[in-house]
Amino acid sequence: MKLLRRRDLVCQQAVELVTDYLEGSLSRSARRRFEAHLAGCPHCTEYLAQMRETISLTGRLEPEDLTPQMRDEFTDLYRRWRSEQQ
Amino acid sequence: MRAGRGPRSGPRPARPILSVMDPDGELLHRLRSGDERAFVSLVERYHEPMLRLAASFVPSRAVAEEVVQDTWLAALRGLEAFEGRSSLKTWLFRILVNRARTTGSKEQRSVPVADPEPAVDPTRFGGDGGWSDPPEHWIEAAERRMEAGKLADRVRAWLGELPARQREVVLLRDIEGMSSEEVCTVLALTEGNQRVLLHRGRSRLRQLFEDEFREVR
Repeated sequence: MKLLRRRDLVCQQAVELVTDYLEGSLSRSARRRFEAHLAGCPHCTEYLAQMRETISLTGRLEPEDLTPQMRDEFTDLYRRWRSEQQ
Repeated sequence: MRAGRGPRSGPRPARPILSVMDPDGELLHRLRSGDERAFVSLVERYHEPMLRLAASFVPSRAVAEEVVQDTWLAALRGLEAFEGRSSLKTWLFRILVNRARTTGSKEQRSVPVADPEPAVDPTRFGGDGGWSDPPEHWIEAAERRMEAGKLADRVRAWLGELPARQREVVLLRDIEGMSSEEVCTVLALTEGNQRVLLHRGRSRLRQLFEDEFREVR
């Protein structure tokens, strides 16, 4: 990444690398710089924890159940399809 | 979480073959042998996620429902031809997105990924690029509210407010648990664009959590 030319990351750059970091898509040297920044920066460490928490909380949304009426509709859909097959 | 692992080497194929172990393999087998309960189970598993995804392409819930209905029918009709080159889920979602895109194509959706959109409001950093208004702590408060069942509806509403392309990626990755490869297949995105959209979507959601729990000042 171009913006990593400089040796040290600043916070404003670090927050843009969080997803690449979590995705494992940073180069080895970029990852080292990112982790070195975190080691000295409690705010960015907090920020990374919040991004992880955001992913975790979003992932806990449950799909709503089908209504009995919808189950019947889909059973019908399937039967119609089966009869087309004959 | 794949944090901290090394970079993957080499370019990946555009259409990776994913389905070594399709979690829906058993359902697929039953479906093909004519078990209608298998179909209803499949619908139960994916109808709501498909509706949410479709809603981001088309103007109304009613249209989204039509698109999803069409997708189920198309899926049944295409079942014999399904080769298992991707998981059944990826295949289904791909049909959905193709249909939803066709239906929703009047709408101008070409939001350029290249436009800069910072993860954090630039005014929260000083001239040296360091935090001047650092992130406030909210993780425990959010956990408590989630456990009490009082946060999920808010999060659903926030998702609805994300720009459509960001929402699509976040839905598939973080709610549906698809891999980045699967999301690229379903939404016809490059790896890079998928990551940019994911980054923006998650960053916005993080900000919304922070706003929600920010002390009144």
